[in-house]
Amino acid sequence: MKIAVCIKRVPVMEAKFAIAGDGTRVDETGLKWDVNDFDLWAIEAALQLKEANGNQGEVVAISLGPDAAQEQLRKAMAMGADRAILLQCDRPPADGLAVAEALAAELAGGGWDLVLFGRIAIDSMNQMTGPMVAELLGLPCVTNVCKLAVANGAGEAERALEGAAEVVTFPLPAVLTIDDGLNKERLPSLKGIMAAKKKPLDVKPAALGAAHVAQVKAALPPERAAGRILGDSAAAVPELVRLLQTEAKVL
Amino acid sequence: MANVLMFAEVRGGELRKVALEALVAARRLAAASGGGAVHAVLAGAPGVGAHAAALANGGADQVLLLEHDGFAHYNPEALTATLAERLRGGSYGYALFSATAQGRDLSPRVAARLRTGLAPDLTGFRVEGDAVVGEHFTMNGKVVATLALSGSPALLSVRPAAFQPAADPRPLATEAITSAADPMASRVKVTALRQGNSGTLDLNDAPVIIAGGRGLKAPEHFRLCDELAAAFGNAAVGATRAVTDEGWRPHSDQIGQTGRNVSPTLYVAIGISGAIQHLAGMRTSKTIVAINKDKDAPIFKVADYGITGDAFEVVPALIEAVKQAKAQG
Ligand SMILES: Cc1cc2nc3c(=O)[nH]c(=O)nc-3n(C[C@H](O)[C@H](O)[C@H](O)COP(=O)(O)OP(=O)(O)OC[C@H]3O[C@@H](n4cnc5c(N)ncnc54)[C@H](O)[C@@H]3O)c2cc1C
Ligand SMILES: Nc1ncnc2c1ncn2[C@@H]1O[C@H](COP(=O)(O)O)[C@@H](O)[C@H]1O
Repeated sequence: MKIAVCIKRVPVMEAKFAIAGDGTRVDETGLKWDVNDFDLWAIEAALQLKEANGNQGEVVAISLGPDAAQEQLRKAMAMGADRAILLQCDRPPADGLAVAEALAAELAGGGWDLVLFGRIAIDSMNQMTGPMVAELLGLPCVTNVCKLAVANGAGEAERALEGAAEVVTFPLPAVLTIDDGLNKERLPSLKGIMAAKKKPLDVKPAALGAAHVAQVKAALPPERAAGRILGDSAAAVPELVRLLQTEAKVL
Repeated sequence: MANVLMFAEVRGGELRKVALEALVAARRLAAASGGGAVHAVLAGAPGVGAHAAALANGGADQVLLLEHDGFAHYNPEALTATLAERLRGGSYGYALFSATAQGRDLSPRVAARLRTGLAPDLTGFRVEGDAVVGEHFTMNGKVVATLALSGSPALLSVRPAAFQPAADPRPLATEAITSAADPMASRVKVTALRQGNSGTLDLNDAPVIIAGGRGLKAPEHFRLCDELAAAFGNAAVGATRAVTDEGWRPHSDQIGQTGRNVSPTLYVAIGISGAIQHLAGMRTSKTIVAINKDKDAPIFKVADYGITGDAFEVVPALIEAVKQAKAQG
């Protein structure tokens, strides 16, 4: 199995965000970075598939981003990916199609059995890159995969919907986007971390597509007004019900 | 003036509420761009056309009806081909989707097929000259980005519950259309739909959500949430990841960063600490009530009303009080 996994370097979301001087994006000063959560599950899925196939083939991690994203690619290799590719650009653009075109250009003709994505990048929250790349490559695509079985050149997946799921069959090669619930990612072992330092990491410029979507402003949502503590026992219930009726008007 | 093509989401043969929400957004887009027409694509197995009237009532000038057994389930490849073909025809300035699992699967495929822009999961938008400018949550819901979308056709998806369905009746005009690709020849095939807790409201449709956390201590105690939901009558029950990881509730009930994004009128959090990943999925709820015995729990920072008590004492009292309030009308 030859599997590509597209991973994104994203800020650690526990941060208290501030807006940069130009008003169009977050201030990156002091932010910590990690692999997008969903992409960790995509890496894990790729590693499990490779292992289930007698460790034949390879898992390649690909990221589009700044030089610093090499750290996230090293993490993917420490988890077990065989090699990595950085498609270098200063900062990934807001337009998912522009990113998808660069990833598709790299992936085209690579002989992949599977190309895996996260369902969504938790910074852009675009949730579009995977199916766009699939379309650009002409490959079948299943999104939101929360259960997966692959055998004999075909797969069956479960796709998570709001409050339901679809069972989906597809032929390989295919593009999948991985949702929460498929697996728990492994932690890189010390041995894995050491090995990752010697694994190949190719760096090349990203061939970004034209952008149709621009992020023109970023703002922090209005803080919720401080709430009220009504009491510490069931004695506060009548007051709560009164407020829900008269003040919030939701009952 | 530009016409708007909107995709009306159907699941299991039923028209989803999000379709009527997207229709409201489509009407607004048509009006803001000079008063074009709204065409709604309604696809499904033969019989799905019964929903055309609801779409006309919600503001569709024309319903493009695609009835074929190959659309009994969601058929992304045939729909992509059909929508792309329609949009290539040139009369549409915009295409509008719901930002649901289905809409967020379909819209990027169509955008990539046409090499055109897609602004996803908008909570609001306006038209400024040739561009659509809309708000979209980023950074796990902690930062609101304004996106400017240019080009034609421009694709948008709108967040569930960001627009309220409204009657805006038009005379029913239905045009039967055919699929641009053989719907039986799709490589990706949906073979079954597993509906969640049928009979109860979906989390995205319910005006009231009762959510339970690990503080409930055991799956059987979710009875308290179910009973409170029943007392409200228009409520759905959700959960935290701690709960779905334990298998107390199905993963589809999980609210938060890796679960559902919800925005109900009332959100009641019971035994939930309020971790950032949970808040990411519910902080835009209109009114938030928290019941947690730890007065320092972060959930109280976003709650409008809090009770710092034991759920096992407070919730039964609340169930009775809500029943009474409802009975008094
Ligand atoms: C990558 C990632 C993604 C995640 N995605 C999500 C997500 O989508 N959704 C999500 O919910 N979480 C998510 N999490 C997990 C999140 O960080 C928290 O662990 C989780 O939300 C905690 O759930 P909880 O509030 O039910 O449990 P806890 O944090 O254990 O809180 C239980 C609360 O119950 C209270 N309590 C205990 N007993 C009582 C009682 N008798 N009466 C009243 N209160 C009581 C306690 O004071 C406590 O505050 C994610 C985590 C990671 C790392
Ligand atoms: N800059 C990037 N580099 C590599 N993969 C990416 C990048 N941006 C997005 N992806 C992949 O696409 C998925 C969805 O991202 P998005 O469409 O931005 O929400 C992510 O989970 C990644 O798998």
